[in-house]
Amino acid sequence: MCRLSAITSGEYISPMENVLSLETMKEGHDGSGMGLILKDLGGEFESYKKYPILSGICSKSGMKELDNFMSAAGFKSVHSWHPKIKPVTGVKLRDCYFANVYDYPDEFQDKSITVKETLLLDTRLKLRSIGQEDESIIVFSFYPDILTLKEVGDPLQLSEFFGLDTSLLKAKIILAQGRQNTNYAINLYACHPFFIQGYGSMTNGENRAFMPIRDYLTSRGFPGYICYNSDSEGFTHILHYTNKVLGYPLKYYKDVITPLKKEEIEGRPDKDFVMYMKMCLRFLCIDGPNCVIGFTPDGSCFMVQDAKKLRPGVVGGVPGKYALVSEQCGLNSAISERDPSTDIYPMRYDMVIVSPQAKEVRVWNQLQGWTKTMN
Amino acid sequence: MEPAARLDQNHELTLKDFPYIIRWRDDRCKRCGRCTAVCPMLSIYPSVKAKRTVGSFGPVPNPKVERSVETVVKQSTNIANYCTGCATCSLVCPNEAIEPEFNPAHKFLTHKNTGGHPYTRGGRRNDPLVSTLDRLKFTRISMLTDPALDAGRHEFRIRTYLGRILPPDELPIIAADDDRLAMDKNSTKFIPPVREIYPVMIGSMSVGALSPTMWEGLAMGITYLNEVEKMPVVMCSGEGGMPLRLLKSRFIKYFIPQIASGYFGWDEIIRAIPHMVEDPCAIEIKYGQGAKPGDGGLLMAHKVLKLISEIRGVPTGVDLPSPPTHQTKYSIEEAVAKMIQSMYMAWGFRVPVYPKISGSKTAKAVLNNLVRNPFAAALSIDGEDGGTGAAYNVSMDKMGHPIASNIRDCYLDLVKAGKQNEIPLIAAGGVGKKGNLAANAAALIMLGASAVSIGKYMMQGAAGCLGDENNRCNVCNLGRCPRGITTQDPKLYRRLDSEKVAERVVEIYKSLDVELKKIFAPLGRSTELPIGMSDAISADDPAIAKRLDISYVC
Repeated sequence: MCRLSAITSGEYISPMENVLSLETMKEGHDGSGMGLILKDLGGEFESYKKYPILSGICSKSGMKELDNFMSAAGFKSVHSWHPKIKPVTGVKLRDCYFANVYDYPDEFQDKSITVKETLLLDTRLKLRSIGQEDESIIVFSFYPDILTLKEVGDPLQLSEFFGLDTSLLKAKIILAQGRQNTNYAINLYACHPFFIQGYGSMTNGENRAFMPIRDYLTSRGFPGYICYNSDSEGFTHILHYTNKVLGYPLKYYKDVITPLKKEEIEGRPDKDFVMYMKMCLRFLCIDGPNCVIGFTPDGSCFMVQDAKKLRPGVVGGVPGKYALVSEQCGLNSAISERDPSTDIYPMRYDMVIVSPQAKEVRVWNQLQGWTKTMN
Repeated sequence: MEPAARLDQNHELTLKDFPYIIRWRDDRCKRCGRCTAVCPMLSIYPSVKAKRTVGSFGPVPNPKVERSVETVVKQSTNIANYCTGCATCSLVCPNEAIEPEFNPAHKFLTHKNTGGHPYTRGGRRNDPLVSTLDRLKFTRISMLTDPALDAGRHEFRIRTYLGRILPPDELPIIAADDDRLAMDKNSTKFIPPVREIYPVMIGSMSVGALSPTMWEGLAMGITYLNEVEKMPVVMCSGEGGMPLRLLKSRFIKYFIPQIASGYFGWDEIIRAIPHMVEDPCAIEIKYGQGAKPGDGGLLMAHKVLKLISEIRGVPTGVDLPSPPTHQTKYSIEEAVAKMIQSMYMAWGFRVPVYPKISGSKTAKAVLNNLVRNPFAAALSIDGEDGGTGAAYNVSMDKMGHPIASNIRDCYLDLVKAGKQNEIPLIAAGGVGKKGNLAANAAALIMLGASAVSIGKYMMQGAAGCLGDENNRCNVCNLGRCPRGITTQDPKLYRRLDSEKVAERVVEIYKSLDVELKKIFAPLGRSTELPIGMSDAISADDPAIAKRLDISYVC
């Protein structure tokens, strides 16, 4: 089972906190990869918040091709960050790990955020397509104030590899996943967390409804819903589809992926809508076993379980800093100063939502509504 | 010169020409006559034979001839009285003295056209080979990396939807407050009615084709499943209307009245609408039938007795032919515009209306049209292995399209258009042909069906229908059903206890439910039906796998 550690904080934190949290949860083989998404960046990125950041890995020739492509597309390089690589045994070194900050092409400067988001997505997909065959260009995200790092290997070794222990790289929301006991061919695009247009999520478990979900998403006509090297990438796209495309409030994400029974819906104040929504989106039911942790563009973080709660997950912390992790030992590592008796273990009907800047934690229950607030 | 035929029986058929040869044992038979009395085809008859016995008694050989006359059971060599292999004779024989034996070298079809009349029968396609559905297996088993579910302990929701479902972006919604959405009551957007049903429905078999006891048994079983077991199983009436008291009862919500090209029974249904206390589950418009695609229906005059004539609104004792097509329609657009919407209007747009077609290469074109019609509530496709009460043998055996690739093609077309959740596909025809009801149903669902429809399986499972793919029995068309399932003759249908039929319907569905859970649990699916979950199935034949776009395993 993959390990998940998300920390949301009012202050900038180092991704090492997540990595150490992952380390405490380690069981068995864990060399299939680590993914990190940092949102609301600090350090050297703090002054570039309005500019999109392209995160990825390139070969030398791929880097040149990428630079040519970006300048031809009108993107102007504003800043470039490269992790200080320290080769370690067991991690295969690639040519260039980067997070490049760009200014928008001139003709897009005054466009709406929606137009800009479309441009960024299209650009990322084109780059992905160019480098797909020979893996000369691998791009994970292209969005303002978002940085993504992924590589195959043990998370702790990778943190050393990327120099995270000495880096000044910081952020207020950090999602980290260590892929554990994965049997499938390792593809970096299959490594969680996944990101699309401001939405990120990571999951442990298998997406057993992968095929119907994939077919449904790819047939929505949205260009970003493609590829699916991981069966769990669909969870991020469902989040994007329901919250952004359809405009449903975040809590309905839970109703979409783990729909209630007809009899259960009868007791809901919004039963007419929920009943119909369940029918409309039945192909997006995930059916588990999954714990999904994610964030939305406004900086809210959440955790939900599958309809049978087949995976562990716990949320805890102190006002201003909360962690959403797959196991309690990971939470102890991330925020040891909290009162463990206030920890929240979301059950099958629950969705835990931590507000932006980690000010407040609320639990929404599909049957009973908002049930708990911690602030 | 006078032909010698009369003398040497040269123009008679031999028993070897017949599909079933009666094996009668002189030594076991006690001459009770039950077998010959019960034979629906009069294939066997009591006869006498002269017996010459040479015996010798006493201390020295002294052979004497004794002549006697003995009663025997003989098999007719008249093609009209061929043995169907139904084995009702064996059923009633107290001494196991008689049984039909299948003769694979028969020449039945060569001869069954006397008078220039092609062979007509009931039943199904006479193909005893393993069907495509039985070549599929479930291969994505949850093992350690993800836990399998417990079919006995976990909650499973084996339900599906019948009705047109709007895409989410067309749903008229408004924000009720900051984080709550509601349906916009002021919207004029038509929201089609949708039913939540059990995904295995009983397909269309009419009152008329079925005996009163059989139809009543099915109806009682369905009602019990809904009312007591809380399983929303629904049943289609078939063409020919429904009993008036059922139309006016609250139980009509479990039934799908069918309208077909003969429109039989619809005067009575329309007149009953003002008196209905509940809406029907849905309305099925039959455009085709898998067993005899492109062919109409015919209820023979001898089946049109008092009950049938009342329900159908016709005189007794007349043939009731339904034309191959709806005669008032000249195009699919016409059919959709007129029939589907007329049916919607009849119930105030509260009842889903969907067409049923036979499996065909043109199914995708039909679907293509229905997808664009906001009123089409589903598409039911009946494959070539479907059954019928009466048809030409050539229609049953040689016409039609297998359901597996037909449903798969249609589903993948819907996926391409992004409409896979808008118009449910109902698959029928050969589901449970070899007894694997749950496995066949689950495989069709994973190929893309939202629901499946069964007919023959219920007749066999609930009432012991004797028919099989070796042309056993299959005399549904003659009204001589030895089980009393497809006859209007009280002497025959009294053999069938409708209470027992109902009990078996319930048993079959409860057992089906367990088996579906045993399939879905290891796949890890429990909350929603695994429609289109084609990564879970594989074929043991590469050509089938390629055609269905699933994996091949060996």
